[in-house]
Amino acid sequence: MVKQGVVPDELTKPFWDAANQGRLEMQNCSACNRLQNPPLPACSQCKSGEHLEWKEMSGRGKIYNYGVVYDCPVKLLQQEQPFNLVVITLDDDPGIQMYSHLPGTPVDEVPVGAAVQVIFEDTANGQKVPEWRVVA
Amino acid sequence: MTTENAPASMYRTTEGLGVWEHKGKVAAVGIGHSPTTRRWDGTPENTMGANSIIALRRAIEDAGVSPDQIDGLVLDPVTTTGAHWPEGQPIPMDVVNAFNPTDDPLDGIAKLSAEWILKNMPELTNVKFTMYGLGCMSHAIVVAAQAVGEGRTHTCLVLKSWHNLEGRYNQSGISAADTVPGTFALSPGRTLWGAPGSYGTALQFAEYCRKYGKSHDMMAPFMANSRRNGLLFPEGYWAQHRPEQLTAEDYLNARWIAKPASLFDNDIPIMVSGAYLFTTAERAKDMKQKPVYILNHASSRGAQRSILPTLDEVEAETASTGRKIYEGAGITADDLSFENMYDGFSLFHQFHLEGLRYRGMQNGDALDFYQTDISIEGPNPVLPSGGNIGSGRSRFWMHTDCIQQIQGRAGARQITGVKPEIGVSGGPMPMGGNFTVWSASPG
Repeated sequence: MVKQGVVPDELTKPFWDAANQGRLEMQNCSACNRLQNPPLPACSQCKSGEHLEWKEMSGRGKIYNYGVVYDCPVKLLQQEQPFNLVVITLDDDPGIQMYSHLPGTPVDEVPVGAAVQVIFEDTANGQKVPEWRVVA
Repeated sequence: MTTENAPASMYRTTEGLGVWEHKGKVAAVGIGHSPTTRRWDGTPENTMGANSIIALRRAIEDAGVSPDQIDGLVLDPVTTTGAHWPEGQPIPMDVVNAFNPTDDPLDGIAKLSAEWILKNMPELTNVKFTMYGLGCMSHAIVVAAQAVGEGRTHTCLVLKSWHNLEGRYNQSGISAADTVPGTFALSPGRTLWGAPGSYGTALQFAEYCRKYGKSHDMMAPFMANSRRNGLLFPEGYWAQHRPEQLTAEDYLNARWIAKPASLFDNDIPIMVSGAYLFTTAERAKDMKQKPVYILNHASSRGAQRSILPTLDEVEAETASTGRKIYEGAGITADDLSFENMYDGFSLFHQFHLEGLRYRGMQNGDALDFYQTDISIEGPNPVLPSGGNIGSGRSRFWMHTDCIQQIQGRAGARQITGVKPEIGVSGGPMPMGGNFTVWSASPG
């Protein structure tokens, strides 16, 4: 599934640059030792932006939950309906979630709890985006 | 007169605040609604601004006050159902100039200022207090109740209006763009991955069903009950335009939007305005309608750790909301005659019910409760308003119903299995909303 192109902005540029280089990075507050996603201008715990950094993740996770999208608001994805839309939690910190279309898994046959591994796919403008596959 | 957003200090957001200092000292005494339509038809008479004037004038008339007695106005300036005025589309100036416009030509069409209301309701000659309760009617009610309690206004109109334009919900703008900004792509809501509006709620519901061994089809009695009650709400969209009972079969055969959320689990966006008149309990004693006293207002400002709230996060927040509601009102769950918590999306109403511990419910009980008698004739009425599922997305039917039930003015919808003495309404979301406790007596 080709997603809309992404134009990195100041807040998220490190995330997207890392994706282009095949790495999954998450925002981390070094003062709180706490990851956060989505990225924010400040740590959601200490409220300071001074100690925010980007930290490489293992790229491993679990399937936490999922739904099947039949009526998508995004025009580019409507031709792919119905499709899985899955929430992944990272093994590095199960409190951190990411979305995935879970390529390779049939619609509505999502194994909740299964292990997944990050991959990187091209979006419509060539920007890479993290995606996830079930680990066999 | 400049109108500001209500400060955060007007909302009661934490536990431990004790009984609301203005408990029983503020009352609702008037109700007004505009007609409903599915979308704006392009005429001045059907604008959101025109609807607002209708609703406000009906609330004033219902309360039996003269307009010059009104000294306050609280409203939500954001009126979109998800439809925004298309960029570059000319604004019809004949419509704009059919009213007394402000400097913003979309004012009264796709947004609403207090200034626009005052310019177009010249009978409101003594309004000295205006404030925005940003979000929905639940916010505006809280702000107005607090303002009357604090003596900032004594006779206050409360208004929420909605506009709905041509086109499908949230499918224009960035959803149709070739590229999106990096921050938007990673945001929790409408993202690169194409989540529909009901997706987050659908996932919470899916987790709920897995944890407690429940299923989507167990929602059918709730859905049928909501539509039934909605069809008994003459001010509502379905009663006015499509008086069709929703059967369990209809519900179970509906197409999916974001499975496990189906078409009917999503409320229908409409154009409508609703208004109330609040005043002090002292003044309310001598007014035309039986006063309905506000025992408390409470607000929820939950925050999830990551992209979507987990079931644990939702249940913790709604339980906290329930405790805040009861603490500030000085009541317990046993004192509730009925509930009118928010329901659009239908798949989160059970979180509100269980957070309230309504009729002794614990987490995981609500869908079994839906299989029992939840009708307006029974002892355990659930959502007697029918909510947004029963009457379209206004986010105020539940407030109107609480007032009407307690006044004995709910008509064919009047609950009969229990005496309507105390009701609770509010929302929207389990992780964030505003809630009001209504009572036949000041407590």
